[in-house]
Amino acid sequence: MKISVNGLHKAFESRVRLGIMSALAVNEKIDFNSLKEFLEVTDGNLASHLKALEREKFIDVEKSFVGRKPNTSYFMTQAGKKAFDDHLNALEMLINSRNRNEIKK
Amino acid sequence: MKEERDPIRDITDIRSMMERSTKFLSLSGWAGVLAGIYAICGAFIAYRFLGFEPGVNNDGSLCADSGSFSLQQVIFVAVVILLLAIITAVFFSYKKAAKRGEKLWNATSRRLLVNMAVPLVAGGILILILISKGFVGFMAPFTLIFYGLALYNASRFTFEAVKFLGLIQISLGLLGSFFVSYGLLFWTLGFGLAHIVYGIYIYYRYEK
Repeated sequence: MKISVNGLHKAFESRVRLGIMSALAVNEKIDFNSLKEFLEVTDGNLASHLKALEREKFIDVEKSFVGRKPNTSYFMTQAGKKAFDDHLNALEMLINSRNRNEIKK
Repeated sequence: MKEERDPIRDITDIRSMMERSTKFLSLSGWAGVLAGIYAICGAFIAYRFLGFEPGVNNDGSLCADSGSFSLQQVIFVAVVILLLAIITAVFFSYKKAAKRGEKLWNATSRRLLVNMAVPLVAGGILILILISKGFVGFMAPFTLIFYGLALYNASRFTFEAVKFLGLIQISLGLLGSFFVSYGLLFWTLGFGLAHIVYGIYIYYRYEK
């Protein structure tokens, strides 16, 4: 493959993880159940992807109680914002270079 | 080798997720059309059968010779129309959300309602105060203004068209406050005609 994949962060290769980051980019914080509904994935699947992003320190957890029920919310960290922006820029460059190649042909 | 990724598809996914997680898009055009029809029927009943044609002074207070309509009955009709419109909206939104595989009561619908509730509750209380002081002429135009503010405020969390609907309601409410004796006419234009036009637009734009 000619196009460099530099800048496309590995963490965003999964569609679910990309979805989580997209939703958190435009919301201050989102609770687990809402994320599950937006992404249409199972509990286990979502939890493992969230863990992975947490390990990268792209997102962080906020635990609280709504009444007596525990409520887990997620939000994007500064590092996460930067990584997501870089990823968007990389995608943009990829699209631009592809368009240029097509014009050359 | 990793799967071949299409960056354009990635961008599309990102955009749709951003929209999905911020906007409640299960509002139905049909609910708008029906709400408009209820409003026109209600205005007709109030005007024709209850004789709601309050002669008002320029300050919106009742004239001495302002006929013999029953304020209670007019308010009762208004509340019935409001309840019918809400039930219709919830019903159609529920069906549309189910079709889109979403829940009706989720993070986006919650946010939409909270943003509508603040101007609506403030307006509702103000209107009750105005009625208690006898400024019945401002009842109809003020419902338009505060409903319009609620829509404008909530439009960030749903279809763009809701913003324009809000601005139209605010304008009609201001006109109605100036030309107090035409209050019911402006009310019918706002809650009736504007809702029907908005509903048809939403239907053709997003549901067909």
